[in-house]
Amino acid sequence: MSSAAALPAPRGGLLRGLSDFLLRRPGAYLALLLVPPLLWLGIIYLGSLFALLTNSFFSIDEFSGTIDYTLTLSSYGQLLQLANFDIVIRTVLMAAAVTLASAVIAFPIAYYAARYAKGRMKAVFYLAVMMPLWSSYLVKVYAWKLILAKEGIVSWVADTLGVTVVLDGVLALPVIGGPSLSTSYIGTFLVFTYVWLPYMILPLQASLERVPGSLVEASEDLGAHPRQTFRHVILPLALPGMIAGSIFTFSLSLGDYIIPQIVGGSNLFIGQAVLIQQGTAGNIPLAAAFTVVPVAIMGLYLWGAKRTGAFDAL
Amino acid sequence: MTVAAPAVRFRAVTRHFGPVKAVDGVDLEIAPGEFFSMLGPSGSGKTTCLRLIAGFDQPSAGEIEIFGVPSAGVPPYARAVNTVFQDYALFPHMNVLDNVAYGLMVRGVGKRERHARAAEALALVKLGQHGERRPVQLSGGQRQRVALARALVNQPRVLLLDEPLGALDLKLREEMQVELKALQRKLGTAFVFVTHDQGEALSMSDRVAVFNEGRIVQVGPPEEIYERPRTDFVARFVGGSNVLPAAVARGIGGPDAPCSLRPEAIVLLTGPAPEGHAALTAMIEDAQYHGAARRLLVTVEGADLRLAVSIPAAEGGGFGPGQTVTLGIPLAALWAMEAA
Repeated sequence: MSSAAALPAPRGGLLRGLSDFLLRRPGAYLALLLVPPLLWLGIIYLGSLFALLTNSFFSIDEFSGTIDYTLTLSSYGQLLQLANFDIVIRTVLMAAAVTLASAVIAFPIAYYAARYAKGRMKAVFYLAVMMPLWSSYLVKVYAWKLILAKEGIVSWVADTLGVTVVLDGVLALPVIGGPSLSTSYIGTFLVFTYVWLPYMILPLQASLERVPGSLVEASEDLGAHPRQTFRHVILPLALPGMIAGSIFTFSLSLGDYIIPQIVGGSNLFIGQAVLIQQGTAGNIPLAAAFTVVPVAIMGLYLWGAKRTGAFDAL
Repeated sequence: MTVAAPAVRFRAVTRHFGPVKAVDGVDLEIAPGEFFSMLGPSGSGKTTCLRLIAGFDQPSAGEIEIFGVPSAGVPPYARAVNTVFQDYALFPHMNVLDNVAYGLMVRGVGKRERHARAAEALALVKLGQHGERRPVQLSGGQRQRVALARALVNQPRVLLLDEPLGALDLKLREEMQVELKALQRKLGTAFVFVTHDQGEALSMSDRVAVFNEGRIVQVGPPEEIYERPRTDFVARFVGGSNVLPAAVARGIGGPDAPCSLRPEAIVLLTGPAPEGHAALTAMIEDAQYHGAARRLLVTVEGADLRLAVSIPAAEGGGFGPGQTVTLGIPLAALWAMEAA
């Protein structure tokens, strides 16, 4: 290589020799830099995922409670049983509702931050969005339990304003209602949406920030009403950010086992099922099969998003 | 709407940004079918004027009419003008054909018809075969043409062009100048062309408005701007003319006013000054070869005055810094300007 020929002659000494060697062989240098993170990613991350996948194809001996290492689909068969399948459906619906609500709430905030907020207001925006992430997750969830409880702030406000009827009406709704907000699906949904919202706002804001103002002006200039500009220019260009955000909100909701434990009814979500199966019940294969469900759903989701062209604007 | 209404009319238009007057009391009339350039350095208010016509910005005071219709409160999408943006502003998520068809699409023109018309517009800018491509797959010059086709497909009555050739290299820029001018003649649309390149403005325009610090300093046909500058700003900005202070002009028998003097009007003398010429002794500071012409930068003796002299390249190959020459100033070439 001509550039190597232009380098000074090798020097003596082990460290100098090594540094000369790396300078002359950029490939070896790159490999040295990449091996540790690749090992980490390969063994710790992908390896554990593979172990999980493998476990889901084993079964548990019902009498001894030990794991039978012959490959079988019986754990997946159990997933399809009504009680277990209920858990899957409940979790997916909740995650979808949380994602949808997050997107709807996040969009105007992200749009304002990307388009209009300048200087000080921008700092205020980042602070407001990030600050909830700095405090303990558990503290936030327990705080919400108090806010939503029967004698909590929400019911107190409703009582003060004389709209207890409305609150009671909402709680009387079939399925999503319950004795109080903190023991109903509505409560779980509210807390999920609150906790994961920043993960939707930030990528959405980043993607909106990258849409040049001149594109919006061009659209208007060509005769598009604001609504048309939103539909044909802003939304398609914000879609990759929205998908990125939804990956966070959707997958985090699919896997969480603490929020539904603290705020919500007695019906299980996937995360709780995994916890019970691998802990109390000691059924690692079924726990693994449950864990594969969110992974598979996210895979399908990304595949579908790609097919609809959501990443075309990237 | 009267028949005689100008395409665009500014009446005492002012646009403040806080304490900054980006546009300061501009009066302007652009005729239908005219190629009108707004020329000025950056920050002189020309782009702000364009944005006021497009409707992206509203005047702080004054009135803008488009074909006789007051445009106050009319949003950009309801104006019969289209813009070619400086950065082209093509939609990255659409192919070229859909980009061009966008204006028709939002007006509810059916897919078959809008694609046919978009293809026609692309053919007009010689990009007929690139409809399926994405903007990122095109070169700068091609994107520029797409932006042009996208604006023209809507058959605007006024086309606004914001430094559209700024990002192109010299050769392409010269080609596009010729094509733009031809296109404008063919379509008969009024073009409002913003540029900071005086050569571009002079070669393409029917009329040029020279902007400085938010005001129009002079407006007129290119020849007038070039040959009869009104102020020393116009003289210097449009084509780098020499400006003689009033004292010097008077001293050599010219008018008692600051005068512009074109570099190519000055001759080099070997003998006595001919009739109607004043002689000045000067020292050459620098001699530059420009192909067709040779440009000398000289300092006039006894006056704190530097002049640019342009002579045919064939003459005076032997000139170099430090030499003394005698300049012949034709008094008829001195153009008296307003005192600054």
